[in-house]
Parts: sequence; C-alpha cells; structure tokens
Amino acid sequence: MTIKLGVPSKGRLMDKTFDWFAKRGVTLTRTGSDREYAGAVAGIDGVALVLLSAGEIPRELAAGRIHLGVTGTDLVQDKLPLWEQQVEPIVEMGFGHADLVLAVPTAWVDVDLTDDLDAVAAMFRARHGFRLRIATKYHRLVREFLRDAGVADYALVDSQGATEGTVANETAEAIADITSSGETLSANHLKVLSDGLILASQATLWRSRVAPLEDADRAVLRDLSERLA
Amino acid sequence: MSTPRARALALRAAFEAAGARVVEPPVLQPAELLLDLYGEDIRARAYVTSDALRGEQMLRPDFTVPVVQMHMATGAEPARYTYAGEVFRRQEDDAERANEYWQVGYEVFDRADPPAADAEVFALIANTLTHLPLRAVTGDIGILMAAVESLQTSDRRKAALRRHIWRPRRFRALLDRFGGRVPVPASRAALIAGDVTSTAPLTGLRTRSEIDARIAALRADAAEPPIGAQELEGLEALLAVRETVPFALQQLNDLSVDMPAIKPAVRRFAARAEALRARGIDVDALTFEASHGRTLMEYYDGFVFAFYADGRPDLPPIASGGRYDALTQRLGGGDEIPAVGAVLRPGLMVELEGPP
Repeated sequence: MTIKLGVPSKGRLMDKTFDWFAKRGVTLTRTGSDREYAGAVAGIDGVALVLLSAGEIPRELAAGRIHLGVTGTDLVQDKLPLWEQQVEPIVEMGFGHADLVLAVPTAWVDVDLTDDLDAVAAMFRARHGFRLRIATKYHRLVREFLRDAGVADYALVDSQGATEGTVANETAEAIADITSSGETLSANHLKVLSDGLILASQATLWRSRVAPLEDADRAVLRDLSERLA
Repeated sequence: MSTPRARALALRAAFEAAGARVVEPPVLQPAELLLDLYGEDIRARAYVTSDALRGEQMLRPDFTVPVVQMHMATGAEPARYTYAGEVFRRQEDDAERANEYWQVGYEVFDRADPPAADAEVFALIANTLTHLPLRAVTGDIGILMAAVESLQTSDRRKAALRRHIWRPRRFRALLDRFGGRVPVPASRAALIAGDVTSTAPLTGLRTRSEIDARIAALRADAAEPPIGAQELEGLEALLAVRETVPFALQQLNDLSVDMPAIKPAVRRFAARAEALRARGIDVDALTFEASHGRTLMEYYDGFVFAFYADGRPDLPPIASGGRYDALTQRLGGGDEIPAVGAVLRPGLMVELEGPP
C-alpha cells in the first residue's frame, strides 16, 4: 500500500503546492505529457501523487480514496457538511488566500452590517414582491451564515461564474463570492459588509479520517506529517 | 412488530373513523410556493428537483401546505382531514436522522370554537400515544404576538419584532437595540447624521428612493424613545414562563396587568385549558412553555405542542402540531379560516414500542 496524496492538477495552485512541498524536501512532478494527469513523488518512499481538480479533492478525502489532499478551506466546508468528522487539517500552507464575503452595491449607503441587510430585505420584499436575491455558488456556507446572522426574506440564486456581474445585470441584489484582493468587487461597484466575512480560506493540507491505513502506511504518514508541519 | 407503514395506515383509519376525510396530496409539490412561504431555510430541509416543463419541484417536506391549499380551493366547512404518507427531509448536520419517514396527520378547519378545536386535536394525539412514555410540551405563539403588539413603541419596531419571533437570537438583539441597551453601530450613527455618502453608480434593482426611504426610517427610529425597561422586563418574564398550565395561567394573568393587550390571548389560553380538561386531559400536569414553538415552522401562530420521548433526547418529537390561522389567509386568496392540526411519526412510535 501507499499513501495517496491528492493535489490540484493545474494552474498557480498546483505550482505553489509543488513549491511548498519542494521547500520541505518532497519533490512533486507531473510526468508524461502536459495533458496527462500523472505524477511522481521523490524524496520520500511510499507516497503516490494523485492529480485532481481542487473541487474534487474534498470528496475524494471524504470517500477515503486519498489519504492526504491539498485544497481550500472554503471547498472543504461547503462540500462536506460533516467535514470535521471526515477530514482533519494538518497545516495551513500560506497561499491561495481567498475570503468568502457578502457584498452589496457600494451605492447602498444605508447598508453596512448584516443587520442592515436584513432590514433592507424586508423592505425590498414588500416593495418588489419577491425576496432579495443573493447570487453565489457557496449555497450551504452562505445559508448557514445568514441563518446565524438572523437575516430573513432573502433567496439564494445560483451563480457558477461572473457572480460580481449579477447585480448590474439585475439577476441579484447582492452577492456572496470568493475574493482575494477585492478589486473585482470594487470594479463592479460592490462593497463587502463590515461583518460580511463568511469564511477566510487558504490552501490547506488535509488528512482523511476515513482512508484505510496499514501499519507501514501509518509510519509513512507520520514521517511525512513531521516533515511538512 | 408493526411496520411504520402498517401503523401509519391503521392510525389514518382510526382518524377517519373519528370523522376525518382521507386526502392524498402528491409527493411532488411546486417549489415556488414553499420557497415563498419559508425562504431558504426550506431549501436546506427539503429535496428540490426540477424538470423543464414544471420547473422546480420539492419532494413534500410536510402535508400541511398542500392540505391547506386543497381546502382553500375546494373545501366545504367545517372540515376534518387525515392523511398518511412519507415526507422527505434533507439532513445536512446529522446523518443519524431519517431523510424519509412516515407521517400521519389530522387537520381541523372550523371557525365555530377554536379553543375546542385545539383541544380536539391535542386530545386525539394524546389518546393515540397514552401507551408510550412521552412528555408533552405546549405553548402559544398568539400570546407572544399579542405581547409584541402591547409594547408602547412604533409600528415599525413591532413589525420587526413580529418578523423575528421565530429567530429567538435575532429577536433578542432587536429588543436590546429598541430598548437602548446596546449602542447604535457607528456606521448607522454616521448615516443618520448624514455623514455617509457614495459617488458609486447605483447598480441593480433597488432604487435611490428605496435607499432614501430606509434612511428616513432609520432617522425616525433614532428619534423614538427606547422601549422602557419595565416593559422589556415584562416581555422577558413572559418569554420565560415555564410552568404547568394552571400556574402558567396565573403568571400570565399577573403579567397582563401591565400588558393589557395580551388579555384576549390569555383568555383564549384559559378557554383552551378548560376545553382540554373537558376532554379528559390532565391539565394540572401539562407543561406550558411560552417560548415553545419559536424554532418550529413559521406557520404556527397560536396554540403549539409537541410530544417528546422521555430519556431519548436524540429523537425528534414523536408528534407535534399547532394552529395556523394566518397560513389559511396567505393561501386563501382573500379567504381565511381558523385551522389547527398535528402530525404523528408512526416509525418512531414503532421504535419506542419495541418488540411485542
């Protein structure tokens, strides 16, 4: 048996993951052609590399098909309702910072807090006859956040991309999306609510709590964890 | 050992024999109405599916809404209905909880004597459950609504409190604010003072006049005196009432001296207690909790109750119900009728009964 390590299969997240492991003496490389998702691990024995989409890594960890995986806190918490029982964070990797935030039009001078948003949602519904729409792809996280904040009279509308544009397009009144710098938000005349940070996310190395382990695997996992943490 | 299905059908037959008409609402319900009534919370609790012709559909999360719709569209009154069938609930936090289970219900649409109808439904359910070690809890959302109505404050504040009766934490935060017990947030103070401006273009559907209306409302609210400490204490004492019915009635009567607006609701509570007694319920041992029902479905607006299994805090209520007059108005297209109903979970009954 080997320890299976799942890492993002492309882009800056993959490059930074490779750099991060390299600094700790574990060399990850993609093998074969550019289009082939195969990889190799050097610097430690008994570890196999699995290249996956960052969005699939939570599910693979929860299913126990990989032992370790690199993905964002946001994806783990949105995709795995019982994430604390299924995975354990080993170390935050210091890159891939992204905050899931709640944002409204900057011109809404009367809205600074979720408390304001709730009051505006009530007035909006009375005036327009439907609930204030919030565009997002992080349905569960946003719903739980708004429930805790006591916001009512809203509806989530699904937006899988260009979420910042939904307000100008009048398909939503507010948005909840990932932002790293806030530039896209301000370019779209949106502002983050003062108490609108839903989740602060960064690339994190996770351990599956359910993946099967043999004794030899346990030793490899312990060795690897010590070198990485 | 009986199966949940067999038990459900036997209970429905018993309710039918007691005078109710059997109804069978479809499993698939249009999602739009349920979403409009309950908002996103229902999406977290119900399975949503769709097709290109009918749009979003929900696997029925309960029977009450379709039964009310059916009655408001076609029903003659008074009416009593019973049903048995599976309901479906998404579970996101607790994998141990069932996502598909049987419910048997009994619903009464009758304007003659609401306290008697409350007692009829409660007694029917209680008599069905006498063989099980259960604990009944009752409450009355109508008393809470009347207490909010009784506050010496603006209609806008009352509307905000009424809207959040089902969100206890938010309700408390609003009370703290309206009572002047927490400082006004800095951003709001600046807005009221006229110090917040923006040169950003206004995007989206919400108009400038809506923003101005909200600012005007905040200014008007800032000019309102806080709700008095004595009034807040009265309301908090009321929310904390947790007694057997006779003692609760005594406490509510005492509280109504300073909150005269709750008197009609307290009289209804007293009438219900008498009606329950007349049906053989041991009212002296029955628990009343003023806050009970505040985390149930939003449609209950009067009497509420639930039966819990003793020593099994892991189980949801074995039976629950309440009065939902406002829902009939909402779905009635200008019509309304007082209504009260309850559901049982035959699967949990069978589980608690154990092997014969």
